[in-house]
Amino acid sequence: SAMEGTQISVRFVGEDGNVLGNSGILLPSTSTTNQLQMLANQLLENIDDPVPISFYTEDGTEIVETIEKSVEKVDVEKTMTIVYQPQAVFRVSPVTRCSSSLPGHDQPVINALFSPDGRGLASGSGDTTVRIWDLDTELPLFTCKAHKNWVLIISWSPDASKIASADKDGKINLWDASTGKQVGKTMAAHKQWITALAWQPLHNDANCRLLASAGKDAVIRIWDTATYSVVRSLNGHTASITSMKWGGEGLIYSGSQDRTVKVFRAADGTLCRNLTGHAHWINTLALNTDYALRTSCFDAKNGCVQPKSKQEAQAIAQKRYDEAKKIAGGERLVSGSDDFTMFFWNPAESKASLARMTGHQQLVNQVAFSPDTRLIASASFDKSVKIWCGRTGKYISSLRGHVQAVYQVAWSADSRLLVSGSADSTLKVWDMKTKGLWFDLPGHGDEVFTVDWSPEGTKVVSGGKDKVLKIWKK
Amino acid sequence: PQNEHIELHRKRFGRRLDHEERARKRQAREGHDRSAKAKKMRGIKAKLYHKKRYSEKVEMRKLIKQHEEKEKTGVAEKQETGAVPAYLLDRQQQTAGTVLSNMIKQKRKEKANKYQVPIPKVKAVSDAEAFKVVKTGKSRRKGWKRMVTKVTYVGESFTRKPAKFERFIRPMGLRFNKAHVTHPELQTTFCLPIVGVKKNPSSQMYTTLGVITKGTILEVNVSELGMVTQGGKVVWGKYAQVTNNPENDGCINAVLLL
Repeated sequence: SAMEGTQISVRFVGEDGNVLGNSGILLPSTSTTNQLQMLANQLLENIDDPVPISFYTEDGTEIVETIEKSVEKVDVEKTMTIVYQPQAVFRVSPVTRCSSSLPGHDQPVINALFSPDGRGLASGSGDTTVRIWDLDTELPLFTCKAHKNWVLIISWSPDASKIASADKDGKINLWDASTGKQVGKTMAAHKQWITALAWQPLHNDANCRLLASAGKDAVIRIWDTATYSVVRSLNGHTASITSMKWGGEGLIYSGSQDRTVKVFRAADGTLCRNLTGHAHWINTLALNTDYALRTSCFDAKNGCVQPKSKQEAQAIAQKRYDEAKKIAGGERLVSGSDDFTMFFWNPAESKASLARMTGHQQLVNQVAFSPDTRLIASASFDKSVKIWCGRTGKYISSLRGHVQAVYQVAWSADSRLLVSGSADSTLKVWDMKTKGLWFDLPGHGDEVFTVDWSPEGTKVVSGGKDKVLKIWKK
Repeated sequence: PQNEHIELHRKRFGRRLDHEERARKRQAREGHDRSAKAKKMRGIKAKLYHKKRYSEKVEMRKLIKQHEEKEKTGVAEKQETGAVPAYLLDRQQQTAGTVLSNMIKQKRKEKANKYQVPIPKVKAVSDAEAFKVVKTGKSRRKGWKRMVTKVTYVGESFTRKPAKFERFIRPMGLRFNKAHVTHPELQTTFCLPIVGVKKNPSSQMYTTLGVITKGTILEVNVSELGMVTQGGKVVWGKYAQVTNNPENDGCINAVLLL
């Protein structure tokens, strides 16, 4: 028949637009994805260690088995453009079981985070303590007592040596991750509770000295962790700041209940840009370089080894940051709000949004870019998680399955899996290949407040109202 | 004066040499003396004395407690249970019970066609209050014209009827196009243009005339707020209820009905 063996002219284009090889390679329309992968690897000159690649047509449909099966109308006369996306080489194994429940906190666990190298775990709770856990034996290591009110936020420094914790009184304490002892004195300057902490990225400062904190008093304070004093105060917001991120370009982004996102320059504290457009409180911010900034010099591909010197760490962090920016072409910001929509911004360049992402039927609680920056996941109180394109903000699909509000999401290190924790006390692992549910993880006794996937990809930690921390493994 | 001899003697000759010691010992005995007296007292005198003594003791106990509080070192305050993460702090989480009862109440109200508005009951405005009789005719005897004394909204394309047929006069000074609308959740007020008068609770005639009194439901143009529907369409009109008496204040204050 005419369909078998018709020759089509194909052109491989990368996500940033550059063409692979010369245009117009003649291929039979029955070529399988494996054959396309071999060809693309040859053109990329990766013959020795081939990279798995997935192929998409220009409007986003994935090429599954053969070109003719995935694309209905194959135009023989025109050159077909195929976008190739190299996938992460290492695969993260999906988590399927709860390897241990770690009791110990007296009150609900509010925040649980892995260290940037995936070797340490810290959790903050309503019983005013920060606990550090040993991941090899899954037992408690240290209990850090200094706060007098609920510990709301925990943040690891990018070199995984210190933990900063902030509480409901507005006080910040620094802890040494290896000994569990408090470093220095309590930093108190905020008048009300603190809603976000952000360290300066490693590629800007290898000593991890500066820490930014934002709170309900609508002020961002930049602390010097060597002198435990405020270096700069960034004013401008008129209502509680709900979320803050320190970007890689030296800009601090903050979203607030006054419906604006403000962009400050960290070096001198000036307000660069005011991004307006939302109709209600802004709940969450996400940067496409979030994962690269969080894991800085620890690369999951080589097992998160510790670099030998600070200069080497800074160089690796800079390289990873530049790679993360490549797909989108710069730093992109997504803000999720109580008005059920999200905005896609290019904050460094313009104050107009690039896209408005509508579709949720309840407020958006958290937004997260995938580690390869290609996808955005948004968790909402309407019980669904929605997936959007990380480059343009276009809607891709909805993940339904939870029966109550979805509080938090976390991506796996290879961007193939997504875990979401919800008020219905379950976690669900979603597969990005099928855009569907992969595994259901029940087991918590009450609402799940926090989830995190370890940067080396093997473990998921979740904590919630039932005061127990659960670690999930394969 | 007769009664100063004791004082005078004290001033001239001083006190006894053991005066301080005797005074001290007398004071030390005071407790015993009081208690002896209290035990011996009888009758009405005793009742009055004991009542007075009881209130004195209450005062003493309060003072002692206060001193104890001052000496107490700082004790750790008991933490409230119910810790929530930062993203849930400013939100009032309803328990399952209140959610269900609210749902049932809402269904009942919808069945009875009662919609929830911030000001449910308003005092009705009578015709005599809203209209003023305007006398016309050659001898100023005819009284069929009325002038509206309340604030009105007339549309953009409003043109007056010819004077012979105009029964209701709406003076230009009382015509308003904008209202100060407060968003109840954000607690901020915006000056938004009025699109129309939806319902005046006093009378249907007022609605058709466009009379705005306290409790009137207006439709306002909210496009500047940036609200969007699920489908991505921009919401540009919403209802708001008037909360003040505009003819007294000179401006229309309203609260947005979400």
